[in-house]
Amino acid sequence: MAMQLQVHDHVVVVKLGGELDHHEVETIRDQIEAELERTGYRGLVMSFRDLDFVDSSALGLILGRYRTVTERHGRMVLCEVNESLARLFELSGLKRILPVAATVDEALQCLREG
Amino acid sequence: MMNRELQTQVAVDNYLRLQFPAQSENESLARVAVASFAAQLDPTMEQLTELKTAVSEAVTNAIIHGYADAPGEVRIECAIQDGVVEVVIEDDGVGIEDIEQARQPLYTSRPELERSGMGITIMENFVDELVIESIPEHGTKVRMRKRMAPVLDGQ
Repeated sequence: MAMQLQVHDHVVVVKLGGELDHHEVETIRDQIEAELERTGYRGLVMSFRDLDFVDSSALGLILGRYRTVTERHGRMVLCEVNESLARLFELSGLKRILPVAATVDEALQCLREG
Repeated sequence: MMNRELQTQVAVDNYLRLQFPAQSENESLARVAVASFAAQLDPTMEQLTELKTAVSEAVTNAIIHGYADAPGEVRIECAIQDGVVEVVIEDDGVGIEDIEQARQPLYTSRPELERSGMGITIMENFVDELVIESIPEHGTKVRMRKRMAPVLDGQ
């Protein structure tokens, strides 16, 4: 699993690649939570561009971060969702509660516009 | 009866058995091994991804629900017959009291772990047949079958 954490305009941007399964999600969760805590930012963008494998553990990770961000009265946008992940979004209904943008820039734009 | 060849035909074209400790770092190994085995049927990438995902869900369930992260063993048997792969994933963990409840989308017995409750729903959607057998306090066996190659005419 490859993870990049960046900040853009008071938003935490997480880029995930590789295999996103139960074995990987705990470390990722802790790092995202730490970054949100450290910066105090309330916006979160998660990009999945370089994902090679994904299972339902990713849904738990996303819903968990959605909860954190919502508790802080912030917002979260997902982007660069590949076909496998899109299918899991559809099965779980997650698509209905979280906005999905095409690119990181679009996701940031979406957060700026409120 | 000694030294005689067995006459009964083995009912599968090929098989693979795996056994490994219930540790999360083995989840990747398990799904990749099963997918590599099934690849001999020349499936599409989509079929392979579906199989891999279903196996990942079942193995993860064995580790976090069956054994609740305590030591244990997960066993996998795969067989191929006429273009169909069968995968059986078995643990000797706590078992499932109520399989109907476990099957409900978004239900999870361990919400504290940030599980989505979608594992079984995903398995059901990604393979052709799924059967879950469980005996409380003894373990769980998940059997799945998926056609990976087209049916050949006249065979």
